[in-house]
Amino acid sequence: MLLGRLIKQDWGRSILLGTLGVMCVVVPVANLLVPEDSAFHVSTYTVTLLGKYLSYALLAMALDLAWGYCGILSLGHGAFFALGGYAMGMYLMRQIGTRGVYGHPELPDFMVFLNWQELPWYWFGFDAFWFAMLMVVLVPGLLALVFGWLAFRSRVTGVYLSIMTQALTYALLLAFYRNEMGFGGNNGLTDFKDILGASLQSDVTRVVLFVVSAIALALTYLFCRFVVTSKLGRVVTAVRDADDRTRFIGYRVENYKVWIFTVSAVLAGIAGALYVPQVGIINPSEFEPLKSIELVVWVALGGRGTLYGAALGAVIVNYAKTWMTGAFPEVWPFALGGLFILVTLSLPKGVVGLVRSLPYWLASRVLYMYHKWGSLIRAKFSH
Amino acid sequence: MFRRSVHKDKPARGFQPLDDQSSRFLARKPSRDELVNTDSGYILYLEDITVSFDGFKALNELTLYIETGELRCIIGPNGAGKTTMMDVITGKTRPDFGTAFYGQRLDLLRLTEPEIASLGIGRKFQKPTVFENHTVHDNLELAMEADKRVWATLARRLSGEERDRIAEVLDIIGLKEEVLALAGSLSHGQKQWLEIGMLLMQNPLVLLVDEPVAGMTKQESESTAELLTTLAGDHSVVVVEHDMEFVRSIARRVTVLHEGRVLAEGPFEEIQHDAKVIEVYLGE
Ligand SMILES: Nc1ncnc2c1ncn2[C@@H]1O[C@H](COP(=O)(O)OP(=O)(O)OP(=O)(O)O)[C@@H](O)[C@H]1O
Ligand SMILES: [Mg+2]
Repeated sequence: MLLGRLIKQDWGRSILLGTLGVMCVVVPVANLLVPEDSAFHVSTYTVTLLGKYLSYALLAMALDLAWGYCGILSLGHGAFFALGGYAMGMYLMRQIGTRGVYGHPELPDFMVFLNWQELPWYWFGFDAFWFAMLMVVLVPGLLALVFGWLAFRSRVTGVYLSIMTQALTYALLLAFYRNEMGFGGNNGLTDFKDILGASLQSDVTRVVLFVVSAIALALTYLFCRFVVTSKLGRVVTAVRDADDRTRFIGYRVENYKVWIFTVSAVLAGIAGALYVPQVGIINPSEFEPLKSIELVVWVALGGRGTLYGAALGAVIVNYAKTWMTGAFPEVWPFALGGLFILVTLSLPKGVVGLVRSLPYWLASRVLYMYHKWGSLIRAKFSH
Repeated sequence: MFRRSVHKDKPARGFQPLDDQSSRFLARKPSRDELVNTDSGYILYLEDITVSFDGFKALNELTLYIETGELRCIIGPNGAGKTTMMDVITGKTRPDFGTAFYGQRLDLLRLTEPEIASLGIGRKFQKPTVFENHTVHDNLELAMEADKRVWATLARRLSGEERDRIAEVLDIIGLKEEVLALAGSLSHGQKQWLEIGMLLMQNPLVLLVDEPVAGMTKQESESTAELLTTLAGDHSVVVVEHDMEFVRSIARRVTVLHEGRVLAEGPFEEIQHDAKVIEVYLGE
C-alpha cells in the first residue's frame, strides 16, 4: 500500500521544480564565480545551450496543453514560437542603433540595403521593450484566436485540423522569406548587440537570460497546472475524450478549444522570445513545417498530458540532437524518424509513462520469479 | 412544478408558436421556466420533421407531441429513426424541413446544442458516454447546472449546496462507493446509471433517454424503471427502448416508429394488439 502511494505521488512536479530551482543557483555560480580552469566551471556556451533547451521545454509544454489535454494536434505550433521570436528580434534590431554596418540611426541594415527610406509602420514601437513584449504575447495570441475561431467553429478536427495548422506555418514561412515583407528575408534578424542596455555578449547577461528562462518555465508549469486542475481543465479533457457529451451537457465546446489553443499559442510566443536573445538569430527556417513536427515528437517522447513529460522530452531530444549533429550529422533525420516510430509503437505514454509503470513491472517480475523458483524448489525438496 | 395537462387529445395540427414579445421587455434575463412556456400542456412539438441522409429518409414527416410531465416510450425496429429523432430535438441534426418547438416559445431548430442543453433538455446517448478519464464525482460536477462559459468555469469552485446535490444524486444512482473511481473502470450498467446521474445534475425539464437498460441485469433494469417512473411528473421523460419487458413495466403511452414516421400510438396493451405493429415489430 505504501509502495502504491509512493508511486502514485506526483514526483514529476517536484523533480521539475526542484531541478529548475537548483539550476538557478548552481549554473550562475559555476559560470561566474568558479574559476575557468576548475572542473566545476560551466562555460558560457553551455549556459546558453541550457537556456535554449529551457525555451524549447516551455514550447513543448505549450503544445502539451493543447494536444495532451484537449486533443488538438497542432502541427504548426512552431509558427507561434517564431512569431514571438520575431517580435523579440525586432526589439533587438532597434537596439543596434548606429552600430550597424551602414550606421543608419533608424533603419536596420537589411532595409538600408533594400534602399528603403523609412521604417515601415509595423516596425514602430518596437524600440520600446514593453511594446515588444506586448507583441510577443498579442501577435501569436491573436493569430491563434482568429485561426481557432474559424477552424473550431466550423468543427474542423483531427487530421484536417492538423493539416490546416501545417498550412498556416508553411504560408508564414513563404511570407517571411520574401524580402519585401520587411523582416530581413531569408537572413532573418541577427547581429544583435544588447538587450535593455546590457551587452548580449557578456557572461552576466547570458546567465541572467538563462535564469529568466528557468523562472519562466517554472511559472508556465505552475500556470498550466492551475489550468488543467481547474474545472475548466476538466472540461477541456472532457472535450478531448467525448466532445459530443460535453456539448450536450451545455458547454460550448468550440469556445473551450479556442481558449486553450490561444493560451497555448501565447506560451509558445513567450518561448520564442526567450529563445532569440540566447541563440542570437531568428530567421524563417523556424517556420519550417518540419520544426513543428519535431516539436510533436518531443512531447510524444516525453509523455503527453503530463506537462513535465513534455519538458523532459524537449530536453532529451534536443540533447541527442546537439550530440548527434556534432558526431554524425547525416544520421540525425533518420534517428528522429526512428525515435518517433519507436515511441508511437512501444511507448504510447512516453518516457514518463515508462518510468511510472517501472515499479509495477518490477514488482510483477519479482512475483513471477518468486512463484517460478518457489515451485521449482518445492519440487526439488519433495523428492 | 408543471400544470398537469388537461388535454387528452393531441393539439390541433398546425402548431402556432406564441408570438408574444413579453419576455423582450423584461429588465432581467427571463428565467428558464418563463422561456419554456407550457401553458398548453405540451412541452415538445415535432411536426413534419424530415431528415434525409443521401436521399434515404431517416425521418419522414414525423409528427409527435410530448405532454408536460408524461413518460413516453418510443419503440420501433432498428433503423426506425428513434435516435435521429433525439438528434433533431437536441440540435445535433438539422432536419430538411418541419418544425420543432420546445414549449410554445422556443424554436429548437434555431438553437445550438449547448443552448438546448442549458434550457433544460438532457440526453442520454444510446452508447453510454461518460468521461472515462474523470472520476464519477467529476463527471457529475461537470454536468451540474452552472454558468458554463469559459472564464466562469476557470475560477469555479463547488459550494456546499452543490456538494449536497452531488451526494444526493450519487445516492439515487447507487454509485456512492465508486465516487472516486474513474468512470472508465465502471461496469456497463454503472456507466448507464452515471450517465443518467449526469442528466439529473443538469436539472432538466425534459429527459431523452436512449436505450437505458441495454447491458443491464434484470435487477438493475428494474431499479432503472423505478427511477424513470419517479422522475416523470416533475420531468417529461422520453424513453427509447427495445426491451419489451422494460417498456411494459413503465409505459403509459407508447409510440411506435417505423421507417421514419409514427406507425401507432396509444397505451401498451392497445399497441400490443395492433395488427400493423405486430406485422412490423412484435412479429419479428
Ligand atoms: N449520420 C448518418 N448518416 C447516414 N445515415 C444515417 C446517419 N444516422 C442515421 N442514419 C440512418 O438513419 C436510419 C435511422 O437511424 P437511427 O439511428 O435513428 O435508428 P434507430 O431507430 O435509433 O435504430 P436502433 O434501434 O438501431 O438504434 C438508419 O437506417 C441509419 O442507418
Ligand atoms: Mg438508436
